[in-house]
Amino acid sequence: MDGGAAAVTGPGGARVEVVGLTAAYGRTRVLDNVRLDVAPGGWTAVIGPNGSGKSTLLRSVLGFHPHAGQVRVDGVPTTGMPRRERARTLAYAPQRPVVPEGVTTGDYVTLGRTPHRALLAAPRTVDRQVVADVMARLELTELAGRFVATLSGGEQQRAVLARALAQQPRVLLLDEPTAALDLGHAQQVLDLVDRLRRQDGLTVLSTLHDLSLAGQYADRLALLSQGQVVAEGRPADVLTAEALQSHYGARAEVVPGPHGPAVLPLRGPERHRA
Amino acid sequence: MTATTGGTRAAPPAGTRRVRRRTTLVPWGAGAALVLAMLGGIWVGALPLPPGAVVATLADRALGPLGVEVPGGLEGTGAAVLLQLRLPRVVLAALVGAGLAIAGAAYQGVFRNPLADPYLLGAAAGAGLGATLVIAYAPGTSLGPVGVVPLAAFAGALVGVGSALALGTAAGGSHSATLLLAGVAVASFLAAAQTLVQQQNTDDLREVYGWLLGQLGRAQWSDVVLVLPYLGTACVVLLLCGRALDVLAVGDDEARSLGVHPGRLRLLVIVAASLATASAVAVSGLIGFVGLVVPHIARRLVGGSHARVLPVALLTGGAFLVLADLVARVVLAPAELPIGVVTAFVGAPFFAGLLWTGARRR
Repeated sequence: MDGGAAAVTGPGGARVEVVGLTAAYGRTRVLDNVRLDVAPGGWTAVIGPNGSGKSTLLRSVLGFHPHAGQVRVDGVPTTGMPRRERARTLAYAPQRPVVPEGVTTGDYVTLGRTPHRALLAAPRTVDRQVVADVMARLELTELAGRFVATLSGGEQQRAVLARALAQQPRVLLLDEPTAALDLGHAQQVLDLVDRLRRQDGLTVLSTLHDLSLAGQYADRLALLSQGQVVAEGRPADVLTAEALQSHYGARAEVVPGPHGPAVLPLRGPERHRA
Repeated sequence: MTATTGGTRAAPPAGTRRVRRRTTLVPWGAGAALVLAMLGGIWVGALPLPPGAVVATLADRALGPLGVEVPGGLEGTGAAVLLQLRLPRVVLAALVGAGLAIAGAAYQGVFRNPLADPYLLGAAAGAGLGATLVIAYAPGTSLGPVGVVPLAAFAGALVGVGSALALGTAAGGSHSATLLLAGVAVASFLAAAQTLVQQQNTDDLREVYGWLLGQLGRAQWSDVVLVLPYLGTACVVLLLCGRALDVLAVGDDEARSLGVHPGRLRLLVIVAASLATASAVAVSGLIGFVGLVVPHIARRLVGGSHARVLPVALLTGGAFLVLADLVARVVLAPAELPIGVVTAFVGAPFFAGLLWTGARRR
């Protein structure tokens, strides 16, 4: 196994290609022929109105949801990958992580080492070292002995991220990483993800419902509407007032900023009258 | 959160170290408690057998084939009472308690439900029906040295859990909620069938109730031999699954993202835990509360990680049931209380106390 510095930084990001992805819940088609290409070390945020299929897209890429079409990581289709190898390539932080009772933060982060060791075996020195380094980077060392369930929302989100990073993945899939956080903590977590991505060259594919955050942190946006990617590209090209009007039914002004566009919702006059 | 990264690696805070020392000490303490409980269980009775003499006798028996003689052992009646009555009973109590406790801990982990117990998926109802059928329609029969009641209870328990698994899997894959509901359905059906048989054969009511409340009074070495292979295998499998259960605790999707197949793992654990439960039930009847309370005690002692909870539950469960059996023999001596009554009587207030102190600490 890899040791030393390589063990800590991980193997670097991979290209993720999604081709012709189609998925359904029962007979309802949720994703229709989705095509997506995330460059190595890139950050693509999937945006779209409620029910547009964002979470299903992420779960399909991970192979959790049955689907047609193909997902390739550096050209290798994930369907043929052994489960544990896939877990060493793709790490996932769900929208609502299940927080186990009575488990310390240290033990929780150590779970991320599962795909790297035999399932029955105890954590090895390498595992402990990776966990210690990840926790130091995410400033969780002080919290190692605390139960995860007693941490604050922001600290829990960091613990989930640490667990995903302990997998030493090449791609990080984040489903609404800021859903449970206030604005300040949301920005902290996204700053952290961006820093980790730049330091390790990780590829990030996330969903984000907050359009201003998506526009300023991701380097590409994919707008999903009714199961189809209707726009894909740089944030300034995807986030337009017209797109928000036609796909979200929203009235908003798009304000350009130094790191990308921000969205300012506007209250309309006619709803006032009705 | 400030901007410093990596760099300084602080020593783990004092609290962490204390937690770690406790988690390594507790299993040894639980093992010691089990040994002491067993010595106590052997000691107390109509003919007291002092631990010193008991240990000497056992050492003498064990080392005899090697030509080593240990003086100070029991003679005559004492030795016979030890080897033919007390020892098999205490060993069986320890095995049953250990099996029920680890099965309960495994069920609670697999269903992520603190109220789960080993009888949840129809093991108890199935075993009850099997035993009642034999007591009512084929009393006194035996296959070789083994009575038919334990065999029927064993088979009934496995049929109960098997039906629940089959129904649950057919209805909705391996989701834990579907399995739970299937277990409820199967258990109610089997319990109804058992009540019906019981109503038809009221003469046997006393014996059926005696069995249902649990008993270790007729424990023999043949019982130990009967359950040990199944119980042993099941316990080993469950102990090996501890770390995998910790992964399952973070949810099915996250377990998948960590390379674990939640459905297969759940099935393996349920089958092993049910095998342990069926073996325990076959030789002791339906002893309640052990499989529910002991895992909680274990969790209070070593935290939520199954890799630590399962072995501690195993040892604590054995000690708990040996002591409960001791109480059952002593309270109304020379008569005996059903051990299930003792476990509930002791267990319920103890459990309440645990909840009380836990709530106050928080």
